Order: sequence, then C-alpha cells, then structure tokens
Amino acid sequence: MACQGLQGGETVASLKRESESLRKKLEEERKKLSDIELNQVAEKIEVLGPLSIKTRRVLKGHGNKVLCMDWCKDKRRLVSSSQDGKVIVWDAFTLNKEHGVALPCTWVMACAYAPSGCAVACGGLDNKCSVFPLSLDKNENLSAKKKSVAMHTNYVSGCTFTSSDMQILTSSGDGTCALWDVESGQLLQSFHGHTADVLSLDLAPSETGNTFVSGGCDKKANIWDMRSGQNIQSFESHESDINCVKYYPSGDAFASASDDATCRFYDLRADREVAVYQKDSVIFGASTVDFSLSGRLLFAGYNDYTINVWDVLKGTRASILFGHENRVSRVRVSPDGTALCSASWDNTLRVSWAAYL
Amino acid sequence: KSFILFNLAPTSGLNGICSHKMSGSSNLVAMKKVVQQLRFEASISRVKVSQAAADLQQFCMQNALQDPLLTGVSSSTNPFRPQKVCSFL
Repeated sequence: MACQGLQGGETVASLKRESESLRKKLEEERKKLSDIELNQVAEKIEVLGPLSIKTRRVLKGHGNKVLCMDWCKDKRRLVSSSQDGKVIVWDAFTLNKEHGVALPCTWVMACAYAPSGCAVACGGLDNKCSVFPLSLDKNENLSAKKKSVAMHTNYVSGCTFTSSDMQILTSSGDGTCALWDVESGQLLQSFHGHTADVLSLDLAPSETGNTFVSGGCDKKANIWDMRSGQNIQSFESHESDINCVKYYPSGDAFASASDDATCRFYDLRADREVAVYQKDSVIFGASTVDFSLSGRLLFAGYNDYTINVWDVLKGTRASILFGHENRVSRVRVSPDGTALCSASWDNTLRVSWAAYL
Repeated sequence: KSFILFNLAPTSGLNGICSHKMSGSSNLVAMKKVVQQLRFEASISRVKVSQAAADLQQFCMQNALQDPLLTGVSSSTNPFRPQKVCSFL
C-alpha cells in the first residue's frame, strides 16, 4: 500500500485522533447491521441427531509430536510432519508409509500436499518452506531433490499451495505472510499488517477469488487480496492468540481457533463475528478447526486432547471425539468429506468417519 | 508462542505498525499507514447479519445430504472399510 505524502498540519496526535474516530465508526457500522444472532436465525431448523463418528485408523510411525497434516486430492493419501524432523506420506486406506523425508531441522510445523499430488511442501524452525517432488521410485532419496522456496526471518507456521503446484503461500513467526514462485523461489508478494507471529493461513475456496485469511498472536484475523497485498478486512474479537483459521466452504465466512478456549465464526459480507463456540467446561486452548463439507459441523481440536464437534448454525456442541493421548494439533476433513484426520502430540494420526447405515 | 518456542519471541524486525518505540518522522509515516488502512476498512459495504445468516444457513441446508460426516456412509460404499478376505470356493 503506497504511503501518500503527509498533508500539512498532520501530526502524530491528529492522526491518532483520526484513527480513534475511524475505529469507533467501524464499530458503529458493524453494530448497525447486527439485527439478529446467527443462532436465532437457526432456531427454526431441526436439531442434529446424535453423531456417530468413530476412529477407524491409527497411523503410527512418527517418533515425536505430529504438528501438521494435509490430505491429497485423491482422498486417500495424506502428508504429516513432526517435531522429530520427519515428513511422511501415508496411504490412509492401507496405513502404508509411501514416502519419508528427514529434514535437517526439528519442529516441522507446516506441511501441504500439492494439488497434482506429485509434491509436498514443508517448513518450520528452519525458517524455510521447501518443496519435495514425490518420486514413484521408492528407493530414490527425496532429500536430494529438495527445493528451497520460501525464506522468512523466523519460523514458518503454515504453508499451502495455491491453485497449482507453481505457487505457495506461507505464514511466519516474523509477522508476515508471503506468496512464492516454486520454480524460481522468487517472492511474488508479501503481506504486512500483523503485529506479531502469524500462526495460520487458509486460501479462499477457488470460486470466491484470490483472497486468503490469516490469524496470529496479535489476536487478529486478516483477509488479504493475493494480487495487491492489501489487507481487505480485519477482525479482532479473540482474547488470546489465534492458532488456526479456516474458510467456510461457501467462501463467505471463516472460523478461528484460539488459546482463549473459544472458536469463533466470522461472516465476511456482514464484516463481523457472528458466533462464538464455547462452553464453561471447555477451558483449554483450541489449536485447530475445519468444517464438514456442508459447513454445518465445525471440528475443533483442543489442548485437553479432545475434538469438539460444533453445530455451526445453532452454536451448540454436537459431539465430542476422544482417543488422542495428548494435544490435538491439527484436524482436516478429507476432500470428499468422508473422513476426518486428526494429528496429535501423542505421535499419532487418527482417521475417523461416520457410519450410521 | 511460549508453549513450543521457549527461546523465540515475536520478531521486532517488522516494518512497523507498532509505532510508539519509533521516533520522529517514521512514527508519523507509521500512523499515516494505520489511518489509511482504517479508512479503507471503514469504506467497505456490508450486509445485515440477518441476510448473511440466512445465506450461511441456506448453504448448509442445500449441501447437507452430500455431507458424509453428517449423514454417514454405508459400509458397502465406504472406501476405508476393512478389506474382506477373498477365498476360492
């Protein structure tokens, strides 16, 4: 965003006053349109029946905390990364480990599967995000083909490919997000605005255009225009770090998980928070969220080892999933919505699905 | 994030919006950026929550039947089902 020349008479004090009045105006504008609560609108719809989501697969193999995972578009493979420095590609149907790579650093906090299914990206305490092409030759050393793409000045907390294998988007402890060209490693766009570590990002569903959401330690969630680098909208209602952000499947809203033990739901067109998912009995931080295919269910992983399943519209808890023996670090619904994968500090990943019929 | 990064603190090397530590004209420039950003955000058009909520609900309802975690899958179509062992008759 270009900074215009300073007008005569502008001082820090006068600008501060203007920023105060603008913030007030923003609040008033948002309040004016807040004519009803989401859960009130949803009162007329049927309550969800009891859910029966059970763990059917446990993926064992990491030697330490599993920090991140991502599904392949083929709906059966997934990639996971761990504090032990390893990145593993699994076939979730057969539990077969198809590829494994040992990174020179520990705490691989982010990993992502390429849209083509032919590569994975990962990064963490090495401040980089690297891309590994997946070879069909099992004997080939994946490390040899590693391509360093992103370079931050602090840890990489999140990464995702954009619509193709050619670009990746990263979030970092250095307070920025960045868009990179995979082939050349060139920085295409950087996103400044957070005032502390950025912990998570998510790309808008392709139909809604070139935007993404980020969340971080400054308790803010920001919406960005990928082409211009402009911060389009900003939401600040959490009381602590935002650990994860995820778009609602329609692209018109997103959810966040925070250390304040709540998850929140923000509508982009109303430009405000429209739901808070919380319970007196839920006192541990939420680290990760994802929606089911229709957006009706919000799966949230917590530091008390559980996954709470929230009814997004009614604001109530629909179910709790137990099983992990340590913090849940990541939950992700598979691309066809059939399964839920959860990764944990108990060194395992679990794949669950609903079976009623 | 203290729970995993015992030594790493948020970097101070940001092209700062945090301005009170900086001095003189750079402070002014930073405040100017904050004001410009706020002006931008204040200018966007918004819809009523009732409208937004109705649309969110409609999306859910339209896609509910195609949501396997909501409706469940039958064991015959479930790709994760345990493989049956084939035996020759």
